[in-house]
Amino acid sequence: MPNTRLIKRRIRSVQSIGKVTKAMEMVAASRMKRAQERALAARPYDEKIRQVIANLSAAIPPSQEGAIHPLLEVRPVQRVQMLLITTDRGLCGALNSNIIRVASNFIMEQEVPVSAVAVGRKGRDFCKRCGQQVLAEFTDMGDRPGLLDIAPIAKVVTEDYASGKTDRVYLIYPQFVSTVTQNPVVRQLLPVEPTEFPAGQNVEYIFEPNASYVLGQLLPRFVEMQVYRAILETIASEQSARMVAMRNATDSAKDLFKELTLVFNKARQEAITNELLDMIGTKIALE
Amino acid sequence: MPLKIDIVTAERAVLSDEVDLVLAPGVEGQLGILPHHTPLMTMLAPGEIVLRKGGDDTYLAISGGFLEVRPDRVVVLADTAERAEEIDLARAEEARQRAGDRLASREAGMDLLKSEAALRRALARLHVAQRRRRPEKPISRD
Repeated sequence: MPNTRLIKRRIRSVQSIGKVTKAMEMVAASRMKRAQERALAARPYDEKIRQVIANLSAAIPPSQEGAIHPLLEVRPVQRVQMLLITTDRGLCGALNSNIIRVASNFIMEQEVPVSAVAVGRKGRDFCKRCGQQVLAEFTDMGDRPGLLDIAPIAKVVTEDYASGKTDRVYLIYPQFVSTVTQNPVVRQLLPVEPTEFPAGQNVEYIFEPNASYVLGQLLPRFVEMQVYRAILETIASEQSARMVAMRNATDSAKDLFKELTLVFNKARQEAITNELLDMIGTKIALE
Repeated sequence: MPLKIDIVTAERAVLSDEVDLVLAPGVEGQLGILPHHTPLMTMLAPGEIVLRKGGDDTYLAISGGFLEVRPDRVVVLADTAERAEEIDLARAEEARQRAGDRLASREAGMDLLKSEAALRRALARLHVAQRRRRPEKPISRD
């Protein structure tokens, strides 16, 4: 016969875990909403800056592009850098393990040395665990980083690229698709290839002060924007994944509670039956 | 033909409208843009953007950015942009004080260019914030 007191204790612990996961679910749900809004709010700027760069580069003959700005220069790939964006905290389902699986596949597919810049504690820990060289790490970005908080990350990457320490930079992050779907994606961050952008009209612009200066100011902004968007999407993904994971946990806690209550009641009934049997048995023996 | 204008910052789309005239602080000088303007791409200095629509003027403070002009539309990629009514006058004044003090102190390790830029941004915000108080004042350029 299972001990009723033990079962009771388990029921209580399952219940309190359920309460915690329920609370986390609700916190994640409200943060998710805000994070999703922020991720969406960043889109117009991104679209506009793409158009502007596309228009700009259409105005500049392609043969000159490399010379015009180092971030446009396409070099033979001898070293690759990955900017791995993960979350700081766990308890968000398979989000981080998915992104890390994609990252490790990415490292193995490369035929050239890979260096890493890690944003988020989980990604940093992964790099350290498997002996991957980490050039820089950024943690504790918080829930609502501004463009200013992102700037140092973009700076590290662009400086390495401009100085020739790396020939191609990829961004790896969980793309936010919907509340239940987050896709790990690998995207090229540098060099910037304006030909990939939606075709701009070929317009003759007047540039103030001049074309290469404007482009030179725009491109770092653009890279910052890409990193910023990726981080916003990561945050939205994190909160969504956590909400779903915590909802599952709460549901499991409820199921377990039901099951345990059933077991407990059975045990209680059994105990009563046994006591009754004892009493009747004793009575019969006394007569 | 009205001029379509979009003002966006990294954090949000600030404004999208059709206007008759745009005044913007270009790095090479003040710009007035009417419809059918020739294509232009310029950097913006911290300052004030004025949108004129009918007889009404809308004021925004920006802290720098980019301006793309095509004959029928204007795109402002601003570092930050605030409408006059969004600016907290007290905070703007405080920021100007701080920037002014820092610039005046000339202490070691101070980045002169940065402090100056901060002061200019603060002044731009104050200027725009004050527009809200006396809307009857005609636009004067100084």
